[in-house]
Amino acid sequence: MNKAADARKTENCAPPPYNIIVAGLGGQGVLAATDIIAEVALRAGHDVKKSEIKGMSQRGGSVTCDVRFGAQILSPMVPAGEADFLLTLEPSQLEPNRHLLRAGGLVIEPSLIDADKLPQKKMLNVALLGALSAHLPLAESEWLEAVAGAFARKFLEDNREAFLLGRASQIQNVHATAAA
Amino acid sequence: MDDENRLLLSGDEAMALAARHAGVALGAGYPGTPATEILESFAKLGGRAQWSPNEKVALEVALGAAFGGARALAAMKHVGLNVASDPLFTAAYTGVAGALVIVSADDPGMHSSQNEQDNRRYAVAAGVPMLEPADSQEAYDFMRAAIEISGRWKIPVLLRATTRVCHSYTVVRPGSQRDVPQAANFVRDLKGRVMVPGNARPAHRRLRQKLAEMAEWNEDCALNRVLPGGKALGLITSGISFMHAREAAPEASVLKLGFTHPLPLRLIAQFAAGVQSCLVIEEGDPYLAEAIRAAGMAVRAKPEMYRFGELDVARARRILRAETSPEPVPPPAKPPQLCEACPYRVVFESLRRQNCIVAGDIGCYTLGALRPFEAMDSCVCMGASLGVGLGLRHVLPPEQACRVVSIIGDSTFVHSGISGLVEMAYNPPATGHVVIILDNATTAMTGHQEHPATGRNLSHEPAARLVLEDLARACGIRRVQVIEPRSGSEAFDHALREALQSGELAVIIARRPCVLIARQLKEYEQREQSCRCQENGELCAAAV
Repeated sequence: MNKAADARKTENCAPPPYNIIVAGLGGQGVLAATDIIAEVALRAGHDVKKSEIKGMSQRGGSVTCDVRFGAQILSPMVPAGEADFLLTLEPSQLEPNRHLLRAGGLVIEPSLIDADKLPQKKMLNVALLGALSAHLPLAESEWLEAVAGAFARKFLEDNREAFLLGRASQIQNVHATAAA
Repeated sequence: MDDENRLLLSGDEAMALAARHAGVALGAGYPGTPATEILESFAKLGGRAQWSPNEKVALEVALGAAFGGARALAAMKHVGLNVASDPLFTAAYTGVAGALVIVSADDPGMHSSQNEQDNRRYAVAAGVPMLEPADSQEAYDFMRAAIEISGRWKIPVLLRATTRVCHSYTVVRPGSQRDVPQAANFVRDLKGRVMVPGNARPAHRRLRQKLAEMAEWNEDCALNRVLPGGKALGLITSGISFMHAREAAPEASVLKLGFTHPLPLRLIAQFAAGVQSCLVIEEGDPYLAEAIRAAGMAVRAKPEMYRFGELDVARARRILRAETSPEPVPPPAKPPQLCEACPYRVVFESLRRQNCIVAGDIGCYTLGALRPFEAMDSCVCMGASLGVGLGLRHVLPPEQACRVVSIIGDSTFVHSGISGLVEMAYNPPATGHVVIILDNATTAMTGHQEHPATGRNLSHEPAARLVLEDLARACGIRRVQVIEPRSGSEAFDHALREALQSGELAVIIARRPCVLIARQLKEYEQREQSCRCQENGELCAAAV
């Protein structure tokens, strides 16, 4: 108990966290994608919280997952209107979740990825993580390690390719924005 | 930073890890969102965990283990504690020899439940101590503390969590202490354990004495924390509400209560006296606000509209402003539905076609109430389909009564449908009755847990199998049929029509495995096959 109390001494002076929402339908890999983000943030030494509602996730209903990381995270849920990123695995899930984004927040959506270049169709979630990763202060090597750890070994190379495909699409954008 | 020791765990996983580290000898429960993963994790960590037929049996098994001097855990969702409330109230009188922690996982906002009852009321009603963790670290710490408190006062402890504690993943640094509890040993205590009135009267007085001692101990217990801040506003809060409130008002002083029954009223009074204005921020019922006000302290409570649903940061901000204007309504999400290939679809199509009045039950198949089927007319609690269907049959005019059907899943039937079936045989309606048991060989809704009729235990190893059709016949039902519902086949439709027309008591078991576990079922069967071959010393085809 004392240990926990010590760990919380910083509660009064926390900088704002990164807020990410991952949205999709049951069976699309929302939970797996969110696990990877949380894992990378944890390895980077951040405080991390991830909140998921999964009771109906296998019945094809909407699934959203919240991840927050930073020096000190309190609520496990991203407050509406404060998400920095909304990552959607399914176009229909964009509008129902748009209100969660802050003004100027970024949508990471399937249309950003050239589906024809994906090694496997089901790796869209990994490619979108790649796109998201370009905007977060977390090392590429850590992302690749977390992606490798999350799926079966036989998909290792394909997942890596999917991740880098997504990441490259955004790195160009980030650079273009910075240049402009 | 000690990175080696930082784990990202759900509250459920953290409770399981703590139970393991504290030497809990036995964990029992029944699957229910958001509690299910506690026992699953406990088993994966090497703990002895089991699914019981229902929560009442689970709590009784855990109580017996604690009578025997062991440390025991019973884990269930909030409505499960209703089922287990009978042993709970008297276990508070008997107390325990070892330790007993009961986890109640409440579901404010009803993500996957039929009501949003606030089980903090049970701690008061039964007279048991209660702890409320706010994140996974506290889920770990408070489980350890609950076991300590239970062992010290020889009383069951309620560890009350909520969906956002159970299912949120937050950083945990587990303690390094590993307990080796005393070996189980029976010590006779007839007066303490046999609750006949002559023994129960002094037992009730002992319970109240323990609670008074615990209230005193709680006054400077480390499970409650004061976070000093501005003097203008003080917040009193507990559980997940603390996280939302702290984020919404970082400048306020906070009294975060962890040990919430019996309450540390002097500590609360002292905190309230140190701030100009005191506001209680809590999810669900105004449990803290009522108790604090009853003790004579003037604290503000949330407006009534925040009794409904979960709290979050936005709602905590509104509570701080005493805002009662209508809240923004989020856009509708896509509702869940029965899987495309679900065998139950055939059943609900038949029920609709035959214009049945359907007393429903709790499980995936409750989705049969939604479009396109809308083939369900009631859903109350586990097992209620039997009794409700029979009650309707007893009073409705014959032309309606003969259309009433009870529908219940395999796991739910074992949980609390069996006594309803006995009732049906014992008090048969004049028009007969039809019970459909949907047997998909798993507890599907909560994530595919085993139950007695699957013939496998919590860890998916072979166990005695309860044969539903044999049980129905043993209850005295003569018309028992097993049918495989397949799309394109009329077999189920015919069986239902005949059963309804017969005017007899009928049980139709619609048996076909859940489409989502087909692969796992094959694996379990191969493993069992290989085990049997090894026992017989045969060459095993499954193992090759």
